[in-house]
Parts: sequence; structure tokens; C-alpha cells
Amino acid sequence: MRDRSVRRRRAVLAGLVALSLVLLTAYFGEGASGGLGSVQRGAMEVLAPVQEGATRVLKPLRDLFGWFGDTLDARRERDALRKENTRLERQVAQLQVDRRDADQLRKLEEINSAGKLGDHDPVQARVIARNPSVWDSTLTINRGSSDGVRPQQPVVNGDGLVGRVTQVSGGSAVVLLLTDKDFGATAETARSGEPGIVGSAVGAPGDLLFDMVGSASRVQKGEIIVTAGTQDRRLRSFFPPDIPIGRVSRIEQGEGPLDTKVHVTPAADLRRLDFLEVLTKPRAELVAQVRP
Amino acid sequence: MIWTPGAITRLVLLGLLGGVLQLAAVSQITIFGVPADLTPLLVASVGLLGGSVAGASFGFCLGLFMDTVLLQTLGLTSLVLTVVGYGAGRLRELRDPAHGLVPVAVGAAATALAAAGFALLQFLLGVDAPISVLLVRFVLIVIVLNTLLALPVHAIVRRVVARDLPEDPRRRRRRAYTTGGLSPLSRA
Repeated sequence: MRDRSVRRRRAVLAGLVALSLVLLTAYFGEGASGGLGSVQRGAMEVLAPVQEGATRVLKPLRDLFGWFGDTLDARRERDALRKENTRLERQVAQLQVDRRDADQLRKLEEINSAGKLGDHDPVQARVIARNPSVWDSTLTINRGSSDGVRPQQPVVNGDGLVGRVTQVSGGSAVVLLLTDKDFGATAETARSGEPGIVGSAVGAPGDLLFDMVGSASRVQKGEIIVTAGTQDRRLRSFFPPDIPIGRVSRIEQGEGPLDTKVHVTPAADLRRLDFLEVLTKPRAELVAQVRP
Repeated sequence: MIWTPGAITRLVLLGLLGGVLQLAAVSQITIFGVPADLTPLLVASVGLLGGSVAGASFGFCLGLFMDTVLLQTLGLTSLVLTVVGYGAGRLRELRDPAHGLVPVAVGAAATALAAAGFALLQFLLGVDAPISVLLVRFVLIVIVLNTLLALPVHAIVRRVVARDLPEDPRRRRRRAYTTGGLSPLSRA
């Protein structure tokens, strides 16, 4: 009895497998346009209305489950879009930084050509560190003695004077910004040529004072202050002439002409410095005599 | 399984309804971009309840139906589902598992076997489809979905074919528990 059952079971399996293989072989032999294909198409035609009806009847069920699926898909899509948004924000930020860098470099090119600073062998440098202290306005650039940078050389950006080099190592240098308390430069008004000395305004970070040698009454608000580039032996300037330093922002009238204070806003935005230029030959005969 | 015209009719209806449900609804509901596949679950359940002959026959017929309706290579799904149904049936005949979670494991195994069988046959038939990460992910998600659906599908199939079964393993287990392993007849 058991043998019969086993034989029957095996025969059914072998028969069904053989039938499947025969169908497979025949179908492949004749292709979809053959007899079996016709049978399939006929069955399909018969079953199509059933399927269509079932599809309509089951639509609410599909929609119900579809709602869950759509919710999951929407969440996944939301997460993907958030990631995409983050990536694009990073990209936009990078593009903005690149654009700012490009603007600064373009301005440097302009000042090199228009201000004739290209004659002073400018070495382009990138700011790599800033001194966070309020008291010391210095920053570090990625050019040093190996690039021809020496102490006391002027540093400019596309807007004007930034400061001067104070310390130099092989591959980097420290720049003293013109807002530092130790900074000073001979200067003059661009329009009338009134001479003076520009230094920092103590206790007012970011502000400069233009100490007049002559009469302050001839200076007007909004006037541009440039480096004087003094060549006098007693008062030698580290800076070439006519580099913009800033613009007169405020004039405090004192009791007398000597008490008048001329405030100057630096031409260069010292909070946003990325690319600078060190003028490695500000004036060859002067640099040679400067002691580091 | 007791083969009566009623039993055959019920199995045919089960196959037809299951196939149509699969095509008209289940295939169009995707979770993580993947639809569940009821066919291996139906076949495995029939095999698990009715034995290897019932499982293989049901698998062959359901496979033929799916191949026909989907206008795909005839015999392909039949061959795979025949093996699935036979395997599930042999499990019942050899081990006679009575644990309530057996359908879950069998459903997952049947889905995996069907996926592997389809992949093997496609490869043998010369379909140039590399095994990509996407394909593996697809198969894994189908297995997970089918595993979740295995118990309800098995419950429905058992309800349909219950009267055609000589002995239901779960009923037998309950009887063994309440009678101390002996049937009321032997105790008497």
C-alpha cells in the first residue's frame, strides 16, 4: 500500500516536471506566435474581462494599501529630498565661497593693473589663520621667505592696503593689519594731498585715525586717504604711494586744529580677507635698508 | 488529501481567485517598491496541508495559469511552483510539523525557493541578467513581505481545504494534548 503511494507520488512529480519541461521546450521551439502562444492569447482574451472586473472590484483595497505604500514612499522621498537639499546647500555655500574668492582675485587683478601694483612683484597669498584676539589684529598667510616675502613688506587686497608683514617663516608669514595699535603709515588725502599719518583708533576696533600734519579743515567727509609713499630719509614709508587706505567717515572737531580727529574707515573689509598680495618690491632701495 | 470533485473544485477556485487577486491587486501594491507574491504561499500552504501530490499538482496548475495570463514562457512558473508544492508536501509527510509558526517558516522558504528557481531557470534559458544588488534586495523584500503574509494566507487555505483533509496536524495536536496522547477510542 505504501509502495503504491510512493510510486504514485513520484509519478505525479515526474509527470508534472516532465510536462513543464515539454511546455518550456515547445514554447521556446515555436515562439510566442506558435500554437501555444495562440492558446495563451485565447486564454488571455477569456480571462481579460475577469481580470478587468477584479481590478475594478479590488481598486479600493489597492488604494488602501497603496496609501500605506505611498506614505512610506513619501517619507523615503522626503528623506532623500532632505539629503539632496543638504547637498545642494553645501554646494551653494561652496559656490558662494568660490564666487567671493573669484571677486577678490578679480579685484586684485584690477588693483594690480589700475594701481600699477604689478610693478612691485606682488605675491598672491591665501589667509590661513586669524588671530582671534581683540587686541592683536594679525593674520597668517601661506607665503613665506621661500616665496620672497620679507618683513615690513606691504600687504594689499583688491580694495586697498591691508597691513604689513611682521614675521616670516619659510612657508608662512604674519601680517599686521592696519587696525592694529602698532600700525602706522604716512598718508595723504587723495584729492587735496594733505599729509598725515594713519594709525588705529585705540578702543575702536576697525576704525582708523588720520593724524594731520597740516590743517584738518581742508579735509572733507568721504575723502579718500591713500598711502603717501614718503621717500624722505627721516620718514621712510614701507608702502608705495597711492594705495587706498580708506575713506574719511567722521570728523570730530576739537577746540583747536590740533584737537580735530579725522576718522577713517578702511577701504579693505578686514573681516573678510581670503586672498591678499604681498608687494615683495615696494621700493627696492628702502627694503634693503630696513632692519627686520 | 481526499480527492473528491468538491475538493478539486475548491482547489481550482482557490487557485483562480488567488491568481486573479495576485494579478489585480497584490502585484500593484508595492512596499519599498516591491510587491508581495502570493503564489508560492498558496502552493506551499496547499502542500503543507494536502501533501506532496496535492502541492505539486496545485503548483503546476497555478503556475500554468500565471504563465498563461501573463503571456510568459509556458512551463516556467509551473515547474518552479511544482517543486515548491512538492517540497512543502514532503515536509508534511516526513516531519508532520504541528507548530503554529510552521507556515511562516515554510512560506519564507517557499518564496526563497521560488525566487532561486526562477533565477536558475532564467539563467538556464539564457536571459542575460546579472545578479545585481538591486535584484538581491528585491528578492529579500519579497521574502520578508511573504513571511508577513504567510500566516493569513495559510489560514485561508486551511479553511478552504479543511473538509478535504483526513487529519489536520493542529487539530491532532490539540486532541493529543486534551487526551494525554490517546484518542478517545483507545482510552475506552
